[in-house]
Amino acid sequence: MDDAHYYHAPDLARFAEMGKGSPELWEKFSAWYGAVFAEGALTAREKALIALAVAHAVQCPYCIDAYSTAALEQGSNEEQMTEAVHVAAAIRGGASLVHGVQMRNHLERLGM
Amino acid sequence: MTVLPTLQKQHHPLASGAAQRRRLAEIPVARDFEAALAGAGLLPLRATGIEVLQLNLGRKCNQTCHHCHVDAGPDRTEMMPPDIVDRCLEVLAESAIPTVDITGGAPELHPQFRRIVETVAGLGRRVMDRCNLTITRLPNYRYLPAFLAEHRVEVVASLPYYQARQTDAQRGDGVFESSIAALHELNALGYGVPGSGLVLSLVTNPVGAFLPPAQAAAERDWRRELERRHGIVFNHLYTITNMPISRFLEHLDEKGQTEAYLAKLVQTFNPAAAAGVMCRTTLSVGWDGTLYDCDFNQMLELPVLDGVPRHIREFDPAALGGRAVALGPHCFGCTAGAGSSCGGATA
Repeated sequence: MDDAHYYHAPDLARFAEMGKGSPELWEKFSAWYGAVFAEGALTAREKALIALAVAHAVQCPYCIDAYSTAALEQGSNEEQMTEAVHVAAAIRGGASLVHGVQMRNHLERLGM
Repeated sequence: MTVLPTLQKQHHPLASGAAQRRRLAEIPVARDFEAALAGAGLLPLRATGIEVLQLNLGRKCNQTCHHCHVDAGPDRTEMMPPDIVDRCLEVLAESAIPTVDITGGAPELHPQFRRIVETVAGLGRRVMDRCNLTITRLPNYRYLPAFLAEHRVEVVASLPYYQARQTDAQRGDGVFESSIAALHELNALGYGVPGSGLVLSLVTNPVGAFLPPAQAAAERDWRRELERRHGIVFNHLYTITNMPISRFLEHLDEKGQTEAYLAKLVQTFNPAAAAGVMCRTTLSVGWDGTLYDCDFNQMLELPVLDGVPRHIREFDPAALGGRAVALGPHCFGCTAGAGSSCGGATA
């Protein structure tokens, strides 16, 4: 076991091995996952951009690789993909900053 | 416009079709194409007739696109000689093949392009011209838009993206601007305009080592964006997968992406797309009259299999219309995802 690679790009292709421990749960996950990304009220292109943004928010390198490709394959361009990443970054940054209100509440409780 | 030397001009190891086939054969894949077809109940893959005669008039082109499967460019000299042109026209006159698909290179550079179009249109056949658009901006070829409209030729125009950066990255600096000017002129003649009967189809190949988008969704996006940004209208958008041969193979090798790209094509093999591959209904004629199952096989120097006529001089519609197709690992390029053909997605 090479512990130098906790994240190892070829492991993405082995994702389905998660079915070995619980085939039933894997099948349910796979069916649900497929349905989520099918064309619906949102287009497949829009869903791939959302997934790309979320992949950055959750900082999953496998998802970033997969949805960078998926976004291109759904017809998105570099500008659209970059804006999607900025949306994720803005929400992450904003999420930190909005906690500042909690800090301010505390300051108000302790201060004079 | 940026123009580069072709692989042939560079004496590149991948310049020959045989070398490209050897390169592809050395890449390990999960299963070979014949096994994939057998799994789909499609082996042997046979033609079901000849609905399209595709004439490749030569390899000369005014552009040198990075993904070009022909390795076309200004330095290429191969050109269909007059006796082969005559024979192709004879075959069309004697047969009922409904569609003639004219390609190259830039086929308009052929000295007899006008005669070919006039003759085939005169036979009442559907004529398609695979046009790179920029050719129509060159001084000696300014006649083309009006000429094509006069003969009701369907223009199948390459435009990889609705923005300049991606288009120029694939096709050369300045190509996008010149292509947009050509599309404006075609629109002004009625091409792509509803009710005109003049058909303008756009073709997009991915600008990189990934599969094309879903054709219908991409067509909606392109229609909106080309109208909004440039006031351009068109009839169809065809999505075509980049074939891992010739200059695109060289590009993949240079990027270290060949194995991953081929693996992707194999993984995404789609039996429905395989059932609709274009080689079942198309016969491709090389500049020297040799017959092929498709333009890709032509560039790989892989003619129709033994047992049927291999040259347009011996054209036999019955034998060729039911021929078994010559296959190779590159064929996964036509069966990946939603499939790919000269007319776009097949599934």
